[in-house]
Amino acid sequence: MVTAAFSREEILRWLGQVPDPEIPVLSITDLGIVRDVQIGETITVALAPTYSGCPATEVIENTVLDALREHGIEDVAIKRVLSPPWTTDWISDEGRDKLREYGIAPPEKGAGKRALLRGDLEIACPRCGATTTERVSEFGSTACKASYRCRGCLEPFEYFKCI
Amino acid sequence: MNKESALLAYVTRLGDNALVLGQRMVEQVAAYPELEEELANANFALDYIGQARMLYAYAGELEGQGRGEDDFAFLRDENEFRNLLLLEQPNGHFGDSITKLVLFELFYFAQLEALTACGDARLAEIAARAVKEIRYHLRHNTQWLVRLGDGTEESHRRVQASLDELWRFTGEMFEADEIDTIMERAWGGPSLEKLRERWLSDIDAILINATLDTPESGWMASGGKAGRHSEHLGYMIAEMQYLQRTHPGATW
Repeated sequence: MVTAAFSREEILRWLGQVPDPEIPVLSITDLGIVRDVQIGETITVALAPTYSGCPATEVIENTVLDALREHGIEDVAIKRVLSPPWTTDWISDEGRDKLREYGIAPPEKGAGKRALLRGDLEIACPRCGATTTERVSEFGSTACKASYRCRGCLEPFEYFKCI
Repeated sequence: MNKESALLAYVTRLGDNALVLGQRMVEQVAAYPELEEELANANFALDYIGQARMLYAYAGELEGQGRGEDDFAFLRDENEFRNLLLLEQPNGHFGDSITKLVLFELFYFAQLEALTACGDARLAEIAARAVKEIRYHLRHNTQWLVRLGDGTEESHRRVQASLDELWRFTGEMFEADEIDTIMERAWGGPSLEKLRERWLSDIDAILINATLDTPESGWMASGGKAGRHSEHLGYMIAEMQYLQRTHPGATW
């Protein structure tokens, strides 16, 4: 099989260049949804969906197939993995930095449960770092973001919600 | 009924609940009173549709006859749906929607939580994914129920009426039939009796906060879980299935 010609690391590196369709500054590996790459008779990429109904799921799967095809890999299977479920804790530290630079406040690590049960956390403004921020809307442009405003620099920004 | 067919029926029922509620919520997209709630409703509906897809895909695999998620959603008739009657009721005003969601999600959350520890690994995984979403919904919807109940005289009056109207559909959630019983005994699924106790104490606490009166428990409607529906479901699925019925096999 030709597939033997590709290494796992190589494939992971290529997947690291596949952007998330809704937050293109993040790659799918930053987002933590690439769970595994298996090289056998075919190449299997295991992906974890973020939210059950995330409309990006299928787009991501197609983009992964396209990206690998560009590198000459035709025989690819995508496996959806539900367990352990994706949470915002799967976003890498590098991903969090990229989000901040892009103007989206990254989710706090380990905050998923706390945030859901208790409500408001202190969210730092991704532009000026001030923690005097207020929530404008718990829901935003995509299922995973809320809208905030900074009372320090007065800029609006988005916050990647914890789940 | 054997263990395997009970699991298939149970998974399909969960899928039907998620799809029918999700479709009702989709009907309200672009009709909510303010933008934040508009986004919340659409986001939540999306979670339900996503859950329905995972459940139907699994039901198709369990059944082993080559049916996929779309076949379950678009090519079954009304009496093949096994959703709760509560979820197929037509939409009313904002307070009706919030009340319906709190009544159902308090139950569904506890059901999913119990299923994360059930004996079927795939169902447990789906439940683990879904429970995170419902926890988030519930937080939002409960806050609204309290706000409306403990709000103005008008909001209180209207949401109390929603509660009185929808209460009769809540009994069905806890009516255990053969499928629920096999699910509990053979697969370690939830005991509906325990879910009921928990639901009653949870709903009481919320209604006290919301200054709403718990309706007296009287006659309860049921039948949805066995495929006997109110007249509303047929109209809903007729619209939902129109495209697949008119152009069978259409893809896009």
